[in-house]
Amino acid sequence: MLQVKEIDVYYGAIHALKKLSLEVEQGKIVTLIGANGAGKTTTLKTISGLLRPVSGTITYKGVDLTKVLPEKIVALGISQVPEGRRVFAPMTVMENLEMGAYLRKDKKEVQQDMELVFERFPRLKERRRQLAGTLSGGEQQMLAIGRALMARPELMLMDEPSMGLAPLLVREIFQIIKDINSRGTTILLVEQNAHMALSIAHKAYVVETGAIVLEGSPEQLMKSEEVKKAYLGG
Amino acid sequence: MATGEALLQLPFTVNKGEVAIMLEFVQQLVNGLSLGAIYALIALGYTMVYGIIMLINFAHGDIMMVGAFVGFYSITLLGTNIVMAMIFAMIACAVLGVVIEKVAYRPLRGSTRIAALITAIGMSLFLEYMTIFLLGPQQKVFPHSAFPLKEYNAMGLLITNKDIFIIVSAVVLMIILQYIIKMTKTGKAMRAVSVDREAAVLMGISVDKTISITFAIGSALAAAAGVMVGVYYNTINPLMGIIPGLKAFVAAVLGGIGIVPGAMVGGFVMGILETFVSGYGSSLYRDAVAFGVLILILLIKPTGLFGKDTGEKV
Repeated sequence: MLQVKEIDVYYGAIHALKKLSLEVEQGKIVTLIGANGAGKTTTLKTISGLLRPVSGTITYKGVDLTKVLPEKIVALGISQVPEGRRVFAPMTVMENLEMGAYLRKDKKEVQQDMELVFERFPRLKERRRQLAGTLSGGEQQMLAIGRALMARPELMLMDEPSMGLAPLLVREIFQIIKDINSRGTTILLVEQNAHMALSIAHKAYVVETGAIVLEGSPEQLMKSEEVKKAYLGG
Repeated sequence: MATGEALLQLPFTVNKGEVAIMLEFVQQLVNGLSLGAIYALIALGYTMVYGIIMLINFAHGDIMMVGAFVGFYSITLLGTNIVMAMIFAMIACAVLGVVIEKVAYRPLRGSTRIAALITAIGMSLFLEYMTIFLLGPQQKVFPHSAFPLKEYNAMGLLITNKDIFIIVSAVVLMIILQYIIKMTKTGKAMRAVSVDREAAVLMGISVDKTISITFAIGSALAAAAGVMVGVYYNTINPLMGIIPGLKAFVAAVLGGIGIVPGAMVGGFVMGILETFVSGYGSSLYRDAVAFGVLILILLIKPTGLFGKDTGEKV
């Protein structure tokens, strides 16, 4: 579904991604784990067009994403739950969800999808007229996920959805990710919480200083001494 | 010269009684409301543009001036009435605003804020002196035929049809603006872009298009204000945008730059303050007081009356 091939990305003079390649198969949860600053967020930003690679290709269903305007990439079926949630704080919960469906013209179905989001996240329904900035961290994360779902994505890019959340909430969020995937949405999940990420993924990549250093099934990676030492606290 | 001063010749004999003092006060308030409505409309454009691209568009007052001239020619050459003149001016300036953003500001979007600010000042001078070059530096008298003055005496208060026209049309425009910002998809997209441009892009919102729309709306409001200035002061000239533009900027800062309701309130406060200073003090001080407000607000509460003290957003 998505092939990232040997991309090189720079932040000014910093060589952030070095010939990074990865592949996401339709219907799967693929996770990209690694330490802070390894290049996980950069990878997602490059896929969604916010950053451009100087070389390499990103192909999604046969389309070269590096030549598509970032705001058009959403229309191809890719939506993102950005790092740090990035909800529109001075706008209401409902308005945030409407923004998620910005490109959709089917008003009735948008309305239905909003009801589905509220079914999935009853807390958001209670607070639908509240400003997003007044929500708790967990609720904001749910809103960010709900907002991404409103685009009816086929591929969802999730950037550290567990960041800053209490352990119980983290569990809940990962349950939700699994559930979204089981309903047919492919997921590329970036996480520092390697343990949780590996527990739900079908395939995993380990990124270190801008390059993939390991890849394989979560079971394989969990057994790997390197991964244990560096990411699983063993 | 402010008409506010002319209106000071109250149509009743001041007998130093409390009633007269009250009446005079209310009269000043009415005069201040018209001027404030004009400042508020200009301030809205400043604040909307700042909210979305963090740029003080110093050419904004001059866009108002262009609006006044379009209105003037619409009345004198095309023979339209004042409402049509205002609509023409709004359309013309909406286009002008979009073109200015595209030509002058968009290429600088990634650069420093000071570069964009200097460009805005350059654009301001360009509009002023291009108008002088094309139309001459003389002031033009806004045709009385387009707006025959009527005065109403309500319980001792002198209200002109100019005041009514300005206040009513400003309020209507503000209601329409609020509707667009709060209720329409475009307005929500404008807010989303101003809160977090990158997140907005991830929603599929076109930042360029949204910024263009913001300039179009802000410039159209300035154009409406320009026609109102023509009606209010009777004369227009190519440099008429400078002082009202600066005062509207103060109004926007007073309300909290980037905050739409703040610009409205700030505009009315500035207008009322100015007429009170002219009425009770001396009109010589009115500009000094206006800019004194700017200094005070920057010293005491730089985020403005409606601003939250969050510091610079990063």
